[in-house]
Amino acid sequence: MSLNRRAADLLGRRATKLMARSVAGRKVQRRINSMTAKTRFPLRAPRAPYGIDVRTDGPKVGADFSTDWARSPQAKAARIAMVETVMRAAVAGIASPNRVNIDRLADLDGPAIFVANHHSHLDTSLLLTSIPLPWRHEMVVAAASDYFFRNRVTGALAALTIGAIPIERAKVGRSSANLAADVIDDGYSLLIFPEGGRSRDGWGQPFRGGAAYLSARCNAPVVPVYVGGSGRIWRKGSSKIRRGSTVINFGKPIWPGEGESSRSFNKRIEAAVSVLGDETTADWYTARKRAYSGASPALGGPNAGSWRRQWALGSTRKRKSTEPRWPKV
Amino acid sequence: MTTPGSPSKELAFATKADDRPTPRPGFVLDVDRSTPPILFHHGEGFRLEKLPAERSRVVYGPEAKPGLRHPDLAIEYALDNPIDQDPLATQLYAGMKLTIAFDDVSLPLPQMAGPDVRQRVIEAVLDRAAAAGVDDVHLIAALGLHRRMTESELRHAVGDRVYDAFAPEGNLYNHDAEDPEGMVELGTTRHDEPVSINRRVAESDLLVYVNINAVSMDGGWKSTATGLTGYSSLRHHHNPETLEATKSLNDRHNSALHTSIWRQGEVIKEHGPNIFHIETTINTNAFGYDGPLSMLQKREWEWNSRDRMKFMGMQAGLKAMTTRAKRKAFMDWRSPYEMTSVQAGDVDKVHEITLEKVLEQHITPLEGQSDIVTFGLPYTSPYSVHSIMNPVVVMCWGLGYMFNFYRGKPVVREGGVIIMTHPTPNEFHPVHHPSYIDFFEQVLPDTTDPAEMAVKYEQKFAEDEWYKHLYRTSYAYHGVHPFYAWYWGAHALKHVGAVIIVGGDPVAVRRLGFKPASTMMDALEMASDVVGPQPTLTHLHNPPVVMADVT
Repeated sequence: MSLNRRAADLLGRRATKLMARSVAGRKVQRRINSMTAKTRFPLRAPRAPYGIDVRTDGPKVGADFSTDWARSPQAKAARIAMVETVMRAAVAGIASPNRVNIDRLADLDGPAIFVANHHSHLDTSLLLTSIPLPWRHEMVVAAASDYFFRNRVTGALAALTIGAIPIERAKVGRSSANLAADVIDDGYSLLIFPEGGRSRDGWGQPFRGGAAYLSARCNAPVVPVYVGGSGRIWRKGSSKIRRGSTVINFGKPIWPGEGESSRSFNKRIEAAVSVLGDETTADWYTARKRAYSGASPALGGPNAGSWRRQWALGSTRKRKSTEPRWPKV
Repeated sequence: MTTPGSPSKELAFATKADDRPTPRPGFVLDVDRSTPPILFHHGEGFRLEKLPAERSRVVYGPEAKPGLRHPDLAIEYALDNPIDQDPLATQLYAGMKLTIAFDDVSLPLPQMAGPDVRQRVIEAVLDRAAAAGVDDVHLIAALGLHRRMTESELRHAVGDRVYDAFAPEGNLYNHDAEDPEGMVELGTTRHDEPVSINRRVAESDLLVYVNINAVSMDGGWKSTATGLTGYSSLRHHHNPETLEATKSLNDRHNSALHTSIWRQGEVIKEHGPNIFHIETTINTNAFGYDGPLSMLQKREWEWNSRDRMKFMGMQAGLKAMTTRAKRKAFMDWRSPYEMTSVQAGDVDKVHEITLEKVLEQHITPLEGQSDIVTFGLPYTSPYSVHSIMNPVVVMCWGLGYMFNFYRGKPVVREGGVIIMTHPTPNEFHPVHHPSYIDFFEQVLPDTTDPAEMAVKYEQKFAEDEWYKHLYRTSYAYHGVHPFYAWYWGAHALKHVGAVIIVGGDPVAVRRLGFKPASTMMDALEMASDVVGPQPTLTHLHNPPVVMADVT
């Protein structure tokens, strides 16, 4: 077996290749070669026999990533300090949040499931700094296991900074639901974006049923929340953050009705967030009348071609051309 | 609506099952040598007064009842199951004229922490109106001849959602009793008293009235027949004769004022719009079960070391503050009142239930009258919210409101003495109380007799164009309002032999026709000149609000 292969066993093939391309890399490689040349198992890792599928007991990522440690008192204290200082200042500077209708939570007691539409990575920070006490400091965030927990570093960071717990979004997994339910049963509130990801075109996506299911299972109310304006500040696919203003509109807590299916409750949750969205552009009474007549503008926008959907976004989506103006003189 | 379908009565009216011990009923403490000093409100401050042992009593009100666990569900239940009327939703239809009237800033005191009960009820009503597709909706602050509510006060009462939906279009506004186009006469009572009412209300297909019944004086036909009417109707019950015969203001069935108002209610019922009447009651948790002022509503001998530290700290802080800063600090206080009941439907039937609920919260039985009654007057009154408690309002609060917290017989015997504690500053809010200033300077030096001032001065003040202008366009009480404030105490003025104010500004107190005293001991000495030596004394402890059922 070549020394390169031995080094690759230790460091990973990609790192070895990269190192080999540089002068410094070649020096390091020679050093590794000298170190590994004489070592034998069990001093070095065993090689897998050809044709054998090795079961790894290595670090778990994705939906199996453990986040229990992030709910320890020390981690919570660090998270609260970070949210209340750095995150709050950053959110205020970038997104100027206007938090409205918090009085609707006056009678809310115990853990709740906060459900919001999702346009931007900014939404989590906006909500973590907007949801009132006591829920804000006893909060976990449902985060995509395939995105935030794809490796140990991002997983640890997400768990520590925003209290993320991994949720499968590509498939229906019992472990994700069990984890979320256990956390709620332990007294934590859950922040979840049931669209399953950020908006692709400025309009919302259909809600998935996880929040409705968890509400019924844990007997916890759902608090619908509408977040407006975050997509203009930091939209999906853009690395550029533009300062702007946002609105966070809290709705009345809702419970699943007796015998109501998760599917039906999920529709009510989506409708509640739609009405909150309508409230932010029209007044409350007009929004209520539209809600009762079934005329609330849907979060998903018009059922039309993409250009018409973009057109319908209208003034809510302002884009500045980066091209120089013609004629350039 | 939070859950599909209507809530069950059990769920809607479930009370909070928190860790607090069961609230105790009111009781009367006989003061002995071991009794600690008793708390008195003293305007923007407090006094601890040692009352004479063996001949003094302190009347404590019942402790705050637990609030409803789901107030919004209770409201929904009341709207869907009204008393002697069809459910509200069935009375609403597209194309109708709907008017929602609500109590003004004088209720409750102190202002309640948000969301205000009015907001909860109005949103529930509007939710049903939205479902029915009602477009023509007006909301009116039923303030009678009180000052107009400011934007922030309206926002607090109805909430930002309702305010932003209706105020910009001019559909949420204050009642204007002096608008010649805005008032209409409905008819006259069997005693030939004219009944006028807000024109929009009269022309509506349905009036929904939203009450906060903080005390038993409030609600019933008093809401519509005083809040939405004008001087031409009010003068028939807000006058010295009626108020002298009102025994008491908080005993609806023995109140001449309420009897007169109910007569006017008959006219409104017959000739006015359909009325869907909603009444709510709140508990007496004015200063919270914990927090910086919680000790105020505890019985003094139950103050623990923390309470005593808080009280001493507060007193030291207040001493260092200017009067203006103290007023602001107290006016910014929002009471964590909890709603204890809500009922809707027919005005009379709803009000009878409400009265029971209010009295349950306030009544303490008391045997026999005493020679002296003492009150501590607080920093606020219905006519000085976000304002200054001027001497006339002090008189009204003490002799009008506090004296009338009785059922049966007054707490003090005829010819007895009222001793009140309040700084009674010779100071007036120039925007809110312009006619009070002239009343104090022109009327009181001439006479303090309600009947005499009514004949000599009332008409002039009531019809003064400048006062009318300020009432309509600024935030001033109506020109006649200081007379009404004074008449409010007419029964007490006739009943007692003297009124003494401890700690009051001597000039202002003497102008009121009362006697100033520096200390409670001095006041008791002065009182014995009127009622004889070794007088018996009863103190109405406040907070919490108490109404003595005197036998």
